[in-house]
Amino acid sequence: MNIHEYQGKELFRKYGVATPRGVPAFSVDEAVKAAQSLGGKVWVVKAQIHAGGRGKGGGVKLARSIDEVKSLAQQMLGMTLVTHQTGPQGRVVRRLLVEEGADIRKELYVALVVDRVLQRVVLMASSEGGMDIEEVADKHPEKIHKVAIDPFKGLADKDAQDVARKIGVPENLVQQAGELFKNLYKVFDECDCSLVEVNPLIVTGDGKVVALDAKLNFDDNALFRHPDIVAMRDLDEEDPAEVEASKFDLNYIQLDGNIGCLVNGAGLAMATMDTIKLFGGNPANFLDVGGGATTEKVTEAFKIMLKNPKLAAILVNIFGGIMKCDVIASGVVAAAKQVGLKVPLVVRLEGTNVDLGKKILAESGLPIISGNDMGDAAQKVVAAAKGAKVAAHA
Amino acid sequence: MSILINSETRVITQGITGKTGQFHTKMGLEYANGKNCYVAGVNPKKPGEKFEGIPIFATVKEAKAETGANVSVIYVPPPFAAAAIDEAVDADLDLVICITEGIPVRDMIRTKAKMKGRKTVLLGPNCPGTITPGELKIGIMPGHIHRKGKIGIVSRSGTLTYEAVGQVTALGLGQSSAVGIGGDPVNGLKHIEVLKMFNEDPNTEAVIMIGEIGGADEETAARWVKDNMKKPVVGFIAGVTAPPGKRMGHAGAIISGGKGTAQEKLSVMEACGIKVTKNPAEMGKLLKSVL
Repeated sequence: MNIHEYQGKELFRKYGVATPRGVPAFSVDEAVKAAQSLGGKVWVVKAQIHAGGRGKGGGVKLARSIDEVKSLAQQMLGMTLVTHQTGPQGRVVRRLLVEEGADIRKELYVALVVDRVLQRVVLMASSEGGMDIEEVADKHPEKIHKVAIDPFKGLADKDAQDVARKIGVPENLVQQAGELFKNLYKVFDECDCSLVEVNPLIVTGDGKVVALDAKLNFDDNALFRHPDIVAMRDLDEEDPAEVEASKFDLNYIQLDGNIGCLVNGAGLAMATMDTIKLFGGNPANFLDVGGGATTEKVTEAFKIMLKNPKLAAILVNIFGGIMKCDVIASGVVAAAKQVGLKVPLVVRLEGTNVDLGKKILAESGLPIISGNDMGDAAQKVVAAAKGAKVAAHA
Repeated sequence: MSILINSETRVITQGITGKTGQFHTKMGLEYANGKNCYVAGVNPKKPGEKFEGIPIFATVKEAKAETGANVSVIYVPPPFAAAAIDEAVDADLDLVICITEGIPVRDMIRTKAKMKGRKTVLLGPNCPGTITPGELKIGIMPGHIHRKGKIGIVSRSGTLTYEAVGQVTALGLGQSSAVGIGGDPVNGLKHIEVLKMFNEDPNTEAVIMIGEIGGADEETAARWVKDNMKKPVVGFIAGVTAPPGKRMGHAGAIISGGKGTAQEKLSVMEACGIKVTKNPAEMGKLLKSVL
């Protein structure tokens, strides 16, 4: 799960990580009031969407008067912001963050991530703040400094300060930066984050180390112990089909093709998409119904796939292990009847009770096309999506 | 011969009183030598009770002491599963297999740190378990698709493992052992360690290695194969069509910062002499071609 920058900064402040003073605004009026309450002469108006690259896309602007704050807020609220992370369709801006201007002397980068090789949380920092960190990692890997964190001891003072020195924090601020890193780790650890990224982390003219940005992702598996974080979820930032699927405990991801896939197991679901592509088709979605798919779950999955106006055919690929093929076949038949399926449906069943499952499909009276194996099923669904007539029960 | 488990293995089920634990313990009991192998269950609130004739103990240590068990399998719900692994490690079991999906990464990082220097090997979490056909099945895989043979299978995905097993069996071959290492980013055995075991196992003649997007474990394993593996390895990587930045079902299946793509893994594997296919329906055929 992701949250907005302003929410991330609120969390930061709770944990003693310095940020500029700022107020979120959901309307032009609120933006003006926010600027007035902050005072000062310079404000930054920042579009709040769950994607990076907002500055380059025109979603972060400086205002030198309250009137300018007002006109920027008018411009930004409701605009579609396109960045390299949003895709060409962009994201509609619904929330703003109005902040006091900062006197930036130095821009740095700091992040906490889980290192899969070390199996630890790693503090990662660079002198190259404000830039795309992947580009830095590519061109100047020597400018990225890392330290792995012992989960039982936390981030050690010495390690934190060493990293601060290496990325060019002035000596008199090394202790302050070290404290900030330690507090960032506390946020990461106590809130079950999967990513905490501050880009840029700045050194100000009056000698403060401040998080000018805040990007936080959370481990979905740990949300059960953080109702306060779940409360920050912004459904406007998520794909409506994915939100709907999550209500039924379905793993669904919308893609841009026209062949719907319903599969049990994440690996098999990915492999099914790959096979469709291999035979010249394009998957419309990733969908893992999991190990315990009931008729209700399969029906909901069909409904969600069918909401996609591009959908031209559906492939159901099930390797029945614990989930028996006859159960899934009954589910598919019931779901297809209930939703009044209008697109061709290819079903490939394998595993426990496969013969019984195939019999149920054949006797259903529905024009279901049977696939013998994954490759065969993929070829048939690709042909069907292109409008070719494929014989049922071939 | 086989790897990790065989008919001599003695198993404790942690979470034997839950619905999932009971179902799969029963399936395990009914498979091959299961009746002799499943010797104990653990539930701190129900010591002295029995499930299908299997005695239940309050702790793993007690279960081990009373029955001589050396392996445990965990079906405990996610909030308590890491603690269940810790308990098995503290009891010095040889192997702990954690089936539970959805354990917070924070918990697993701590568990892995505690395991340092201990003898217990961890398989999973978020995995189907492992099977040595004709001997013992520990986990949630369907037993009947397997057949005793000489092909090793290692995979991050459950159903994709079954897919490979099914193809191998359909070709008239069989499996020495099939191992699901699971889809989590912080976990126990990786591809490389399972490949090392297959390399040493006299009964394994060739290996199917199945990976997916995210992390770099397949690349690490492939480089090891190039220099050390005495047996042919063929592979498949799921997720060529997966969009970057999206978690594809498994917690560990995510392309982040342009790293961990299927194409990158496939390229490294090929460069290291592993034959790969882009058609998962042909994993079995590809394997047969290298025998």
